[in-house]
Amino acid sequence: MTLLHRLAAAAALALGLAAQPALAQDGPLRIEITEGVIEPMPIAVPRFMARDAGGGEYADRIAQVIVSNLTGTGLFREIPREAHIAELTEFDAPVSFSDWRAINTEALVTGSVAASNGRVTVQFRLHDVVSGREMGEGLQFEGGEGDWRRMAHKISDEVYSRITGEAGYFDSRVAFIAETGPREEREKRLAVMDQDGENAEYLSEGMSLALAPRFSPDGDRLLYTSYEDGFPRIYLLDLRSMERRVLDEQPGTMTFAPRFAPDGQSAVFSLSRGGSTDIYRLDLRSGERTQLTNAPYIATAPSFSPDGARIVFESDRSGTQQLYVMPASGGEPRRISRGDGRYATPVWSPRGDRIAFTKSHQGRFHVGVMNTDGSEERLLTASYLDEGPTWAPNGRVIMFTRENPGAEPELYSVDISGRNLRRIATPVAASDPAWSPLRD
Amino acid sequence: MTHLSKALLLVCGLALAACSSDPRYAGGSVNGDGDGSVEADSYGSGGIGSSGLGSASDPNSPAYFQDRVGDRVHFTVDESRLTEEARETLRGQARWLRENPDFQIVIEGHADERGTREYNLALGARRASAAESFLADQGIDSRRMRTVSYGKERPVEACPEQRCWDKNRRAVTVLSGAAGS
Repeated sequence: MTLLHRLAAAAALALGLAAQPALAQDGPLRIEITEGVIEPMPIAVPRFMARDAGGGEYADRIAQVIVSNLTGTGLFREIPREAHIAELTEFDAPVSFSDWRAINTEALVTGSVAASNGRVTVQFRLHDVVSGREMGEGLQFEGGEGDWRRMAHKISDEVYSRITGEAGYFDSRVAFIAETGPREEREKRLAVMDQDGENAEYLSEGMSLALAPRFSPDGDRLLYTSYEDGFPRIYLLDLRSMERRVLDEQPGTMTFAPRFAPDGQSAVFSLSRGGSTDIYRLDLRSGERTQLTNAPYIATAPSFSPDGARIVFESDRSGTQQLYVMPASGGEPRRISRGDGRYATPVWSPRGDRIAFTKSHQGRFHVGVMNTDGSEERLLTASYLDEGPTWAPNGRVIMFTRENPGAEPELYSVDISGRNLRRIATPVAASDPAWSPLRD
Repeated sequence: MTHLSKALLLVCGLALAACSSDPRYAGGSVNGDGDGSVEADSYGSGGIGSSGLGSASDPNSPAYFQDRVGDRVHFTVDESRLTEEARETLRGQARWLRENPDFQIVIEGHADERGTREYNLALGARRASAAESFLADQGIDSRRMRTVSYGKERPVEACPEQRCWDKNRRAVTVLSGAAGS
């Protein structure tokens, strides 16, 4: 994990060459994500140039990961290698834009890589082929041999960010529940992987029943629910030390649906006692607990607004599951869901502007988004069972669990425009994704 | 602890297989011939086969409780209200538990798969609590009872059909030797 700091430091070290002003914000290449892109931008990412013998090992793989990330958004389409005319031999040589225009390229990513003594150094530049100039500054990343994929993700984030004007999300991870065994005796293990499904690893043993992990705001801890003592309890796992502890263990109660507060110092969760389920807040340092709802109904799935001032949750106090917003200290909840059907699992977007949710109506399940006052509800998906949305760190993509009838659960992602529905490959059946913040 | 030891002895004495340290039963149905073998159909089935059920013809056996008394009640969609049929089953459970005071119980609440995970956990808790309250009203000491919700995580039978959903919306009374430990 010390890699983070090294990478962050290296990322700041821009190559001060080709003294053109950065035009990241007002260049002609622009994708408006919220519009829902119909015509993806043509982009070329030729094999990176190897600056030494070791670099050859990574030159192609890094370019492939970048292509996969960018085309996976649905915002870009790749100009295939076979169509490329220009020969790239020198990273700092001028780009022959006419060669790229001839094959209808609009954006071009060039890069170079060197590797020796266990260190990999990657450089890249983004070129606006249409206007014939570099877009933003060239950057260099440095890391260990195992970090090449992360460097490719960081380059992808830079490209995405310069062209869309939005923060990226490729250098992030997804915690999820890995499911094996027959449904009736399912083993559900805590697992984590890169956002593109690579580098999956288990965080809990087999023979367990773990549910719904949630990342801390800085990505260093997970909250989740587990049955290891026979009853649902919330656990806090430190991803650096891999130490974990049970939170708020009270006999005769069950606790679940945890989520961190934006400051990472407290958590909200549900506690069931005597058939009622209420929402509580727990100070993670002092252990002090505050009850936020108190009603003989179900109140669950709480999620903070990013400023920490409000909490959205679901409750059946009206007779069916609906979404409510209340002050973070508790107080009178205000219902925000208004349409037909049942609303569940609300999650405030990291940008604060929308709430994602699950809706069930007439036998179908949907993932949707609405404004924080409940207006402009939009359903993004529909299936036998879609549930449990989680936001990409930039608030532009949502991942969720999908189950088709009789099939194993899988992870899917979709843009908030409703476009680009994609399945995320996982090593085994998977559910309950939780997207991490962008890594340092 | 004396309760625990006594019940463990009882349970292990009847066991076909080796007795594990986990005295907990899973809900299960005894095969028709009452030979004590079980079909796992509920969470905790990791412990299945490790404790004896006895013969269903022995009215004081766990097998009798499961098979003849009925260890589970069912619910309609999104409901935790006990049907008259459920009440009748629970009255039978209460009678058996009064006659077999060494047993503790864990009431498992379950939901079908047609709901979201968190809500189903809360709904299962509500169903388990409804059964617990009814048993308490029938004179069962609340210290003998615990509840747990599995939400939709432990179906009896998983299929995308009404017949499975109906089976899965349930509260199962699981006998155990140990008192709330």
